[in-house]
Amino acid sequence: MRFLRQMFTIVAKDLRSELRTKEAVNASLSFALVILLLFSFAFDPTSDMTREISGGLLWLVFAFAGVLVLNRSFARELNNDCLDALISSPVPGPALFLGKAIANYILLLGIECVCLPIFGIFYNIHWTGQLAWLALVMLLGTWGMTVVGTVFSALTVNMRLRELMLPMLVYPIMIPCLMASMQLTTPLLADQPITGDLLAWVRMLIGFDIIFTALAVTLIDTVLVG
Amino acid sequence: MKALAVESVWKYYGDYPALRDIAFDVEAGQCVALLGRNGAGKTTLLRILGGLSRPTRGGVRLFEKEHSDRSSRALTGIIGHGIAVYDELSAYENLKLFAELYALDNPHQAAMEWLERTALDRVKDSLVREFSRGMRQRLAVARAFLHQPKLLLLDEPFTSLDDRAIALLQGLLRDSLQAGGTVIMSTHQLREAMELASHVVLLNRGRMAHCGERTPEMLADTGWLYRNYGEAG
Repeated sequence: MRFLRQMFTIVAKDLRSELRTKEAVNASLSFALVILLLFSFAFDPTSDMTREISGGLLWLVFAFAGVLVLNRSFARELNNDCLDALISSPVPGPALFLGKAIANYILLLGIECVCLPIFGIFYNIHWTGQLAWLALVMLLGTWGMTVVGTVFSALTVNMRLRELMLPMLVYPIMIPCLMASMQLTTPLLADQPITGDLLAWVRMLIGFDIIFTALAVTLIDTVLVG
Repeated sequence: MKALAVESVWKYYGDYPALRDIAFDVEAGQCVALLGRNGAGKTTLLRILGGLSRPTRGGVRLFEKEHSDRSSRALTGIIGHGIAVYDELSAYENLKLFAELYALDNPHQAAMEWLERTALDRVKDSLVREFSRGMRQRLAVARAFLHQPKLLLLDEPFTSLDDRAIALLQGLLRDSLQAGGTVIMSTHQLREAMELASHVVLLNRGRMAHCGERTPEMLADTGWLYRNYGEAG
């Protein structure tokens, strides 16, 4: 019970801080919209090829924009040495990590929810046909990105080039999660349900989320204190 | 009762030994001045005591418990180089946040009580980024004392504090010591340290040069300790 209370205290603190400053959200959202716009110039929105790569395009935008939010997650604790105050408090490392991950998750989902309709307009895609499945894929894929990104945000927080190091470290590890999300999103945006072989990608996403959440929770104390 | 046991602690940064075989005990109720020149290892040792860094070898026990035991952290308060409060939150939100993280029974009451004690109750809803330096320092002191820690770890606590914050901190430290609390503070301000300290630990290039009670000679002549143990060690 205490664990959950401390965890949600961290969630509330991070969301409140971010909503007051809007540092990460503004940067991430603007970046996502600019990429969507640029990609829409690069491809003919009416062509079939665009629809075939739509899942990939969408998740690349989410991944690029998401890293900006994830980078700020622990970096904002460096001001005034707040991270030291959190680490030296009785809050367990996993509660601190999960609190931060949930706050990041909410912010990323919010950004994705803004980007998705805009993506639909720019690329002339009716994305609401398989909304329940699409929502599930977004929930699972985003959690995978968030967990990996948050733990590496903690790992790189004291590095001088953390803005560069974080993407370099997290993208290779996110590949299975991004690949599964892309493979599932493309047919969903073409209004095809998830059946048969595609269900294996759903299982892979669930497996990725479970494995990396467990790893992150286990290793976070070592990552934070060294 | 031992408040703290430092058991043969070594800390390496790469090949460089920042701390070499540091071992001493601190009984509850003692005030220890952790002294040494710049680079002697005071901050490194305090970070290990506060659980912010792991020793390469050796260990630390707080109140007879392993340092990794999170419950012992609730008994510790730290004032480091930073003020450790959030600029984008109000004074009240900061104190309530830490009261909740320390699982205090009534976070609201604890926050309000310390806002009053530090004379910040009138600006409790203002964001910390709008505060003057002195107000921020008083809030940092309130944050460190909020959960009534039994062991206080202070890294250069009087540096860059204004007069009001120094008076507040000195008063709180005296109250804490009278109530049986334990204080370990690193400082270059020898006069203030010697007046409060019951014991002294002197570090010299990562080694413990001296550990013992604060004697009248140290109080009368603040350079005495360095002349007798510091330079030769």
